[in-house]
Amino acid sequence: MSSNDNMSLTLKIWRQPDAASAGALHTYKLDDVSPDMSFLEMLDVLNEQLNANNEDPIAFDSDCREGICGTCGLMINGDAHGPEVTTTCQLHMRSFVDGETITIEPWRATAFPVLKDLVVDRSAFDRIIQQGGYISVNTGSAPEAHSVPVPREDAQRAFNVATCIACGACVAACPNGSASLFMGAKITHLGELPQGQPERDSRVVNMVAQHDHEGFGGCTNIGMCTAACPKEIPLDVISQLNKDLRTAMRHGH
Amino acid sequence: MSTTSLVKGARASRSTVALKLLMAVSGLVFIGYVLLHMYGNLKAFAGHDAFNEYAEHIREIGEPILPHEGALWIIRVVLLLALVVHVYTGLALWGRAKKARTTPYAVKKSTGANFASRMMRWGGVTLLLFIIWHLLNFTVGKVNVSGGATNDPFNLMVDSFSVWWLTLIYLAAMLALGAHLHHGVWSAAQTLGLTGTAGARLRWKRIAFVTALIISVGFSLVPIAVLAGVISK
Repeated sequence: MSSNDNMSLTLKIWRQPDAASAGALHTYKLDDVSPDMSFLEMLDVLNEQLNANNEDPIAFDSDCREGICGTCGLMINGDAHGPEVTTTCQLHMRSFVDGETITIEPWRATAFPVLKDLVVDRSAFDRIIQQGGYISVNTGSAPEAHSVPVPREDAQRAFNVATCIACGACVAACPNGSASLFMGAKITHLGELPQGQPERDSRVVNMVAQHDHEGFGGCTNIGMCTAACPKEIPLDVISQLNKDLRTAMRHGH
Repeated sequence: MSTTSLVKGARASRSTVALKLLMAVSGLVFIGYVLLHMYGNLKAFAGHDAFNEYAEHIREIGEPILPHEGALWIIRVVLLLALVVHVYTGLALWGRAKKARTTPYAVKKSTGANFASRMMRWGGVTLLLFIIWHLLNFTVGKVNVSGGATNDPFNLMVDSFSVWWLTLIYLAAMLALGAHLHHGVWSAAQTLGLTGTAGARLRWKRIAFVTALIISVGFSLVPIAVLAGVISK
């Protein structure tokens, strides 16, 4: 498998045995890394090496490995999901050069405590969703799709921001540790559609309250979140979130 | 601070977004004020008498319905309130941000951020210190660093800006103000929910830049003109 294009890397990786223990960056050397490997495959190779040496493999999250599930997420050389606009699993080693030192850290946020090594607990996002990231409908046979017309622009905006996979890169990149881009995506997605209107006010108020309660910071509209977002969610969803909250306030919430 | 409990009885007015709204509105009050202030300063180009007449007229606005200096005191109270709100919400959000990430990254880039947006907090502290000095200089204490009289607004201004290091402090403060407004105006528009489309976003970024430029350059003209000898006693 070896070819001349293969790289030798120095990896500085955050190791932490469990949530209660202190962690530190450990340095590993890895040779013969193919530029065609994905970033997670590179870590798999390192873990095989660690296994062979009877060392504890590095824990990291991953699931679909095709950029759609939102499970993976690493801070790579100071950029959430690394230097490309994509998820960590879809980042390839060709984005790095031979001899490079790569620092790999978990998402850092009080609301995302580290469980082990590079794995963080993102259940705070689940609780924000529980507070309004849904619509209430009676189950049963699906209604005729054309019975509720939606203007094309609205449907398009809703679909575009519904691509948010809740990976948490926005929080990881934000200097304030705010989850406003994530919340804004959900609020815009549901708020653009007729089915989202009955719960529109309570949705934004409850989601923002849960967001603050979890210990996420306030947004200062810097834009590092949208630069880190693998799904390119635009900053205007935060404007929508603010507008919806202001409207809810006027309605007495 | 991560918890597993769900919030009950949420109030919009208690949220971080409400803090941001207060910050945005108090900031807009300041922008309205500095535009008027800048207009007054530029009267210096019309000479000693025009400048001092303007300064005196501010005390007579609304007379005889309002008492002498009545309008001036209304403006001062509104500004003081806006300052308290702006500083309080700024510190509250700063504190929250500190708590939201207690373990810093070993390596962190600022991809997607401009310089002005990252200077908001320390830049704001700088401006607060400057405002305190500025009030001591021209309003409350009236300090004439050249040692001259302080009862003539125009002469006090010329004496002050004839001192190179004082002019430098004012110019540095205007640079800080320009940076603060460059991000602040845009951020206020975003917080007020006015930037819901890509077009609106671009428009407000431009408005923010132009506002910052007009105000910082407009205020810098007078000190530079004094130092260059264009405006003199």
